[in-house]
Amino acid sequence: MNWDWEKLQQRQKERSKSGGGSGGSGGGGLPPQVDDIINKFRDFKFSKGWILIIVVIAALLVGSTTVYTVGTNEVGVIQRFGQYIRTTQSGLHFKLPAGIEKVTKVKTKRVYTEQFGLKADDVSNSSDFGVSRDEIEVAMMLTGDLNVGLVPWIVQYRIKDPYNYLYNVADVRQLIRDMAEASMRLVVGDRSINEVISRRQEIAADAAVRLQKDLDEAETGISIATVELGNTNVPEPVQDSFNEVNRAVQEKEEMIYQARKDYNQVIPRARGQAEKTVETAKGYAFRRVDRAEGDASRFLSRYEAYQDAEDVTRRRLYLEMMEEVVPSLGNKYIVDSRQDNLLPLLNLGMKKGAQDAGQ
Amino acid sequence: MQANKYIVITVLVIIAAVAFMSSAYRVDETEQVVITQFGRVIGEPVTEPGLKFRIPFIQNANFFPKNIQAWDGEPGQIPTLDKTYIWVDTFCRWRITDPVAFLRTVTDMTSAMGRLDDIINPAVRNVVTSHELIETVRTSNREMTTLDQEELDDVTTEAIKEVAEEEDDEREQYTVEVGRAALTRMMLAEAQPKLDKFGIELIDVKIKRVNYVEGVRKSVYNRMIAERKQMAEKIRSIGQGEARKIEGDKERDLMEIQSEAYRKAEEIKGKADAEATTIYADAYGRDHEFYSFIKSLEVYTNSLEGADLVLSTDSDFLKYLDTLEPLPQSSSN
Repeated sequence: MNWDWEKLQQRQKERSKSGGGSGGSGGGGLPPQVDDIINKFRDFKFSKGWILIIVVIAALLVGSTTVYTVGTNEVGVIQRFGQYIRTTQSGLHFKLPAGIEKVTKVKTKRVYTEQFGLKADDVSNSSDFGVSRDEIEVAMMLTGDLNVGLVPWIVQYRIKDPYNYLYNVADVRQLIRDMAEASMRLVVGDRSINEVISRRQEIAADAAVRLQKDLDEAETGISIATVELGNTNVPEPVQDSFNEVNRAVQEKEEMIYQARKDYNQVIPRARGQAEKTVETAKGYAFRRVDRAEGDASRFLSRYEAYQDAEDVTRRRLYLEMMEEVVPSLGNKYIVDSRQDNLLPLLNLGMKKGAQDAGQ
Repeated sequence: MQANKYIVITVLVIIAAVAFMSSAYRVDETEQVVITQFGRVIGEPVTEPGLKFRIPFIQNANFFPKNIQAWDGEPGQIPTLDKTYIWVDTFCRWRITDPVAFLRTVTDMTSAMGRLDDIINPAVRNVVTSHELIETVRTSNREMTTLDQEELDDVTTEAIKEVAEEEDDEREQYTVEVGRAALTRMMLAEAQPKLDKFGIELIDVKIKRVNYVEGVRKSVYNRMIAERKQMAEKIRSIGQGEARKIEGDKERDLMEIQSEAYRKAEEIKGKADAEATTIYADAYGRDHEFYSFIKSLEVYTNSLEGADLVLSTDSDFLKYLDTLEPLPQSSSN
């Protein structure tokens, strides 16, 4: 905008001067010493040499304004008497001399960066030092749940359409800044503080789309390359409580983790134990049945044999038992059945269970 | 007088050049011009860029920008309908659509800014004051997720989820009926008619920043802190609840596993015992007298070690010790 003003004022000044400039070359500041020039002309004797020199100088002046170069990352926009004529690509070009055609170079391949409140994300560790209030104000936003968040971000853009960029909007940079702030706040205004803190990418993408749409509507000729969010945060007085929530989240996870760990420590072991119990029982069952079958089959075999000679077998079995048992017995007393008075002589208390041995 | 002749020619050329220069003027792509003659507007405004001419010294060219201009509002403290004081910073884009009217009523850009201030600022104020704060902040009723909702992701207990979600319903106050986008359209609609007579068209009004005023900020921070603390407690409590639940699961699973194993084991053992009993009964049932005889013998063999024994010579075992009797007629049982 300033540019326009200066130009306008310059023009008005130009017009208010009654005296005109010298000739068509119309370089920088033209008019004032017209009288001096005329005086000088009077004093000079016009020789061919002088005229030649003047012509050469004039030709040089004109020539120097007819050649221009356009760099590789820019295009040249040519205006003739203010009217847009053409756009030239990089390289060496000619145009009509200054005063007739004017070239404006626009860096179309360059990526411009605008920062918004970017220093504000250092606010927690720099104790407000070097962070201007304004930076914080830029980053400070109301969230959709009426909390306050600090959202610093950058916008990178390119000039897509030099014509629109130059002529449609006054002070494009300011417009980009304003629109970027408006669109970012629109996006943040529809999100909770938690989303603002944890879903930066999503917000950045959304803001980029909105900003591009606004800029397209305004026909600014600007193409947004990226919108990136810095560290989103909450204002300093609230940060502690947010950290506490983070700690609580950690604690919660720790508690659940611990409980799961306990579960996992106990349950698989218990399952193994249970398997073991069941398998042991199965083993018992096998043993029990097998033994029963074994016992039964032994008994039956013996019984069959016994049936052949019952009495003898009985006796044999009895005596075999006695043969085995008697040597291992303690004191053995033999009592004559016809003598009754032996009993009192024995000290039966000496060995317990002696009487049990009687048949 | 060769020299004088040159001078005359030179002067004539200069005069011609001056006349040319003061009648020609350049109109930039971004400009439009209104020609006035002694203050009266002559003809249609010039909106096409290029080299133009006018009658020198009599006609005056008034340059105005044709492109879109910016207006940056003065941030102002405005109370919302729910009595919260906020700073609202707006900007708008505008352009001169009728340069003649603009020249007559506004004359230059500086006073144009003044007019815009006078008209847009009150429009912004009116719209903001007649709506609740949330309408200025939100645009849509997009669903917002809160931290505790995210924290419910790893919670499997229905009861805990229900409690947490009930609380969320209480927070449903953050919904809008109008929204920011509509609010800015209202501002535009309110301001535009008043600007028509100045030859100014508003393209849009946008809210750049909305912030709490200093005094409100403190209480908002306190609320945020309280909310966070509450949330922290809630998250801890969710964690504890979930941990308890897992512990419960553990106890239940443990007991289930153990008791099931016990049941299975006992069943198996019982079946085996029953089978064994049947087998024994089948076998020993053939002759239980013989069974008790041989079993008794076995028991004697295994259990009498070290016992004292008093045997009468009457007994079968010792009867041969006492006397040698002649063979009985037949063996006794």
